Amino acid sequence: MAAGGARKLAATAASVPITLFGLVLVTFLIGRVMPIDPVLAIVGDRAPADVVAATRLELGLDLPLYMQFWIYLGKLAVGDLGRSVMTSHTVWDDIKRFFPATMELATVAIIIASAIGIPVGVLAAVKQGSRFDHAVRVICLAGHSLPTFVLALISLLVFYATLHLVPGPGRQDVVFDEMVPVITNFLTVDAVLAGEWDVFWDAVAHLIQPAGVLAYFGMAFIARMTRAFMLDALAGEYIITARAKGLSTARVIWKHAFGNIAVRLVTILALSYAGLLEGAVVTETVFSWPGLGQYLTISLLNADMNAVLGATLVVGVTYLAFNLLADLLYKLLDPRVQ
Amino acid sequence: MRVEIQNLTIAFPTATGISHAVRGVSLDLGTEKLGIVGESGSGKSLTARSILKLLPRSARITADKLSFDGIDVLTANESAMRAIRGRRAGLILQDPKYSLNPVMTAGAQIAESWRMHRKGGAREARAAAIDLLAQVKINDPGRVFDAYPHELSGGMGQRVMIAMMLAPDPELLIADEPTSALDATVQAEILRLMEDLVARRGMSLILISHDLPLVSHFCDRVAVMYAGRIVEQLGAGELAQAKHPYTRGLLDCMPALSQPKPRLPVMTRDPAWLA
Repeated sequence: MAAGGARKLAATAASVPITLFGLVLVTFLIGRVMPIDPVLAIVGDRAPADVVAATRLELGLDLPLYMQFWIYLGKLAVGDLGRSVMTSHTVWDDIKRFFPATMELATVAIIIASAIGIPVGVLAAVKQGSRFDHAVRVICLAGHSLPTFVLALISLLVFYATLHLVPGPGRQDVVFDEMVPVITNFLTVDAVLAGEWDVFWDAVAHLIQPAGVLAYFGMAFIARMTRAFMLDALAGEYIITARAKGLSTARVIWKHAFGNIAVRLVTILALSYAGLLEGAVVTETVFSWPGLGQYLTISLLNADMNAVLGATLVVGVTYLAFNLLADLLYKLLDPRVQ
Repeated sequence: MRVEIQNLTIAFPTATGISHAVRGVSLDLGTEKLGIVGESGSGKSLTARSILKLLPRSARITADKLSFDGIDVLTANESAMRAIRGRRAGLILQDPKYSLNPVMTAGAQIAESWRMHRKGGAREARAAAIDLLAQVKINDPGRVFDAYPHELSGGMGQRVMIAMMLAPDPELLIADEPTSALDATVQAEILRLMEDLVARRGMSLILISHDLPLVSHFCDRVAVMYAGRIVEQLGAGELAQAKHPYTRGLLDCMPALSQPKPRLPVMTRDPAWLA
């Protein structure tokens, strides 16, 4: 049994490089076939023709596509994502600077989403068909069908512009700019490490709205899945056994039914976390959150192809990593999977 | 301990109206072994489970009387029912593959049942569970304690189930087709084990089955159910004197080695039985 498990694990691991290669190929091709001229982005539209031609040669854009891809792969293998035209830093340095802001946003969002989504999903399943259940289903459906930017803009209008409950866009107030040394690039964590509580609370206040908007979409997914899993579990024969033993309703629900869906739920959480990292792109743009999503959007608008490719790869790799993690956790935690 | 059921009706709302699964069943059970026999959908499981009020949520249940040892089950609230469930009456289900919690070890499930109704710590519960596993004739109780249900055979799983339900020392055991999912050879062992434990503890037993000869061999009394009604009640030894054509039909279509029949008869059902 152990050998079978190891083989399955190896198969999962082996699929990673293949998926990764596909990701790089598609990202690269999309970057090249898009009607964007990267040369124009560098030299500007008033440059003389010979400068344009020289830059084109310098970037290797005269080579056939497969040669360009081969060169890109070679650079990627040594961790060279190229240089961003816009920031004039290497793309890798930019990502190190912007990605933690996205992680911070998504991490807070997934915590809020699970803290609300799981109990709500469980309760909806237990009270299936009740008004509460119907309300949850409507709210979850809205979370699936409402575009992020709509909710983000409504939220800004209500909580910022009208009620003045939260500070405006951005990661912190200007007065706190660069007050704490950058260690983890998670502003909240860095503020705590520096003992600057004003900075910390300011960062939390800025974080809560975009994280809340992002959490809503995660919550909708998590609550819906939890509800479906719980309905399935509650219909199990072992629930009748547990009740026949005279256990309390709470114990039947949380120990017996929830105990059976916990493993599947962990994989759902891992996937939602990856989804939130990805979904942060639009949210960050609306809230001017200086994360990877905003970096990606601005790079795209400026035809900064190295930055676009690099950021897309990071998002893709993170997604893959969380998929793999979800798989591993499932195999590790479920006693039936050996 | 005495179970009294008078004019029990269990109905389910369906898309086309209300469907009556149990229609006016009356039963009286003292300290004895009662068999309930009938085909799928005859209402035998629902009747037995109504004593513990473990029916599907949509079930509508009415009765002139439904009581467990003087406690009115119909009006009892959840906490009053919990005092009966497990502690005073246990339920054994058909297939341990589904009726045991797949992510808890066998031992943890027995220990939970023991601790629910007895005072004691985790260590005492473990010792009690291992003792119970030995009582249901498991050779290696220490190993089975730590095994997950999927690591156990059907027979072993059903022994775990029995141990779990005997842990609080109940007065009544309801066994709902406890051997139907098992191999024929294992069936006999499990039944013998149950017979032995029930006799030794002086418990009452309700054995639900579709196997009429088996039940009559095992129980003191047999109730035959058809389409939501009890059509006939017989002493175990009186099977030959069965009057109802459905009971006779069931007996006739059993193959026997002593009197081989070239072709088993097919029961012709009289719509009048449904009345």
